[in-house]
Amino acid sequence: MALLELTDVTRSVRLPDDRMLHVLRGVTLTVDAGEHVSVVGRSGTGKSTLLNILGLLDAPTTGSYVLDGIPIGRLSARARSRRRGEDFGFVFQQFNLLPGRTALENVAAPLMYARGRAFWRRMRLAEEMLGRVGLGDRVDTMPDKLSGGEQQRVAIARALVRRPRVILADEPTGALDVETGAEVMGLLDDIAAQTDAALIAITHDLSVAARAQRRYRLADGVLTPLVEAPVGHRTEWVGDVPTAVAP
Amino acid sequence: MSAPAGQRTRRPGLLPGTRTALGRAAGRLRRLPRSVRAAPGAVRGVPASVRAALSGDRFGPRDLLAEAAHGVGSRPGRLLLTIIGTVLGIGSLVVTLGLAQTAAGQIAQQFDAAASTRVVVEPSTSRGQGGERATGRIPWDVEDRLGRIAGVDQVGALGAVDIGGARVATVLVNDPSVTPTTPPAVVAATPGLLDALSGRVVTGRWFDAGHDARADRVVVLGARAATRLGIHRVDRQPAVLIDERPYTVIGIVDDVARRSDLLDAVVLPLGTARADFRVASLEQAHVRIAVGAGPVVGEQAPLALAPNAPETIQAQVPPPPSAVREGVQGDVNAIFLALAAVALLVGGLGIANVTLLSVRERMGEIGLRRALGATTRHIVQQFLAESAVIGLLGGLIGAALGVGVVVAVSVARAWTPILDTGLVVVCALLGLVTGLLAGAYPALRAARTEPIAALRGTPG
Repeated sequence: MALLELTDVTRSVRLPDDRMLHVLRGVTLTVDAGEHVSVVGRSGTGKSTLLNILGLLDAPTTGSYVLDGIPIGRLSARARSRRRGEDFGFVFQQFNLLPGRTALENVAAPLMYARGRAFWRRMRLAEEMLGRVGLGDRVDTMPDKLSGGEQQRVAIARALVRRPRVILADEPTGALDVETGAEVMGLLDDIAAQTDAALIAITHDLSVAARAQRRYRLADGVLTPLVEAPVGHRTEWVGDVPTAVAP
Repeated sequence: MSAPAGQRTRRPGLLPGTRTALGRAAGRLRRLPRSVRAAPGAVRGVPASVRAALSGDRFGPRDLLAEAAHGVGSRPGRLLLTIIGTVLGIGSLVVTLGLAQTAAGQIAQQFDAAASTRVVVEPSTSRGQGGERATGRIPWDVEDRLGRIAGVDQVGALGAVDIGGARVATVLVNDPSVTPTTPPAVVAATPGLLDALSGRVVTGRWFDAGHDARADRVVVLGARAATRLGIHRVDRQPAVLIDERPYTVIGIVDDVARRSDLLDAVVLPLGTARADFRVASLEQAHVRIAVGAGPVVGEQAPLALAPNAPETIQAQVPPPPSAVREGVQGDVNAIFLALAAVALLVGGLGIANVTLLSVRERMGEIGLRRALGATTRHIVQQFLAESAVIGLLGGLIGAALGVGVVVAVSVARAWTPILDTGLVVVCALLGLVTGLLAGAYPALRAARTEPIAALRGTPG
């Protein structure tokens, strides 16, 4: 059984002039545990909407979303919040760290909403997770004293501290330079692989997308598999289309 | 890289040794559909106590308070401005109640020294065909009878003298050119009346028991009556003619606030009035008593004056000091409490406004917390806790300042500060309630915001 399964999902919003904007059209996607999937697309093509639906932050207009065998549409808002906290870890482009809280407090924040031992041992777990992302010596540092790469690593630690089954990364390297971005993605890949979590990365950076086992392209709300570049070629954006380019 | 110990585990082998029986049971339970989980006894091997423990929310009051304190303390400048309204509201409430209690204590002391030491004894009346008629009679030896009651300091009595339209003047000649005026009232009084009324002699003296017993033709004038009659001094022994009989003026009295009508009267000794004008009865007896003796005197005076028919005599006793204090407190409190309530309302609106602003500013944080697994209840609790903390802080500071003001004012006015400590605690808690009420709407609004809208930083 797939970990998550989107079938013919659409998402439409009514504009102020009463017209309907179809953000997603018939999206079908299946992700298994431990898989690394990337979705590329230009700005405004519905990438973030897809990610929000996957992370239970938004709901499809039509179509079905089954998470671990449970149709999401049948869950109450409270149950969706619980599952969101338990099953998903979010990594945002702008890190979204809580201001005025130390790195440790930021990483421990998701565990505030956990139960059992994870809740009671939250500070220790957060400290260990910071150690795993190489920030064991910066636990008491405020986010504004950290570099961009370090802030994203704190965000990754926060996303992983509850041991989610799915990591949703929205442009995780968007605010980082190329070198730091590659480093952060490497870390995310490693930890996702170690914890057997599915990693779904939404990006417009083709080099980031290239790290995934399965790659998709989202254009005008339609999700299609990305054509693999022939051996020895690299993929680059040509206009709105990722295209194989000879070196 | 090693996995952290104690974390929730789904896949065996990753975190060796950390998968407990409880964890396994919890994992099985969570993965089942809700309908199945809800069915009693549906999950084998998962005891009901474990299910109950797992369903409990671990985000407790202490964590909530810590989060709220952090949220509130992150903007100290704004916190200061926010709590000012509550500080003023609670402070004015404490000051109002404290000063009202203190002032009431002071006023009551003055009442104790004046109104609460006076008893008036009169014959009872009944309504008949000819109007109201006295059913009893105050005996002539009223001073002796009432003077024997414990707690009575001074007794005096008086009655109206009917002079049958006779002239009251200072000259023998009846001048027809002078416009006729109503003569001053003539009153008969016992020797103890002046002291019983706490009156003051301006010049001369008040008559004594000798004048009364001998029926001497002397009078004492009220200050205004003396002015009307043109008498300002008594050293030359001026006389007043009442029904053409001369009476020597021996004194002029003033400041008889308890019977101010005596200032317009010519007062005769009772013995004289009985001899010359056949006074039939006394109208009133005034008794000055010790503080707190009112109930005893009120009960015994009718028996002393009319042992066979005490119901024919009525005594008006002062209210007990506590009743006076409460009455004054009630009046003062009503006014100032209204002002304090307005101040508190303004303080509450301030908290509501700032909390609403805070919700708008922290929309991104709300979205992030929702993404991290916070339910709407968590969000409501967090913002409610923050506004409650603000309210409680304002309440505590306001109550402390209020107590300080009450003490300072009391010291400055040489009063004894009176303030119910329980009331101060209640006032401080009222700040908490104000914060909770004020934060309710912003908190609900924050919770109702869709997570995705909140993440975008828009109220949605």
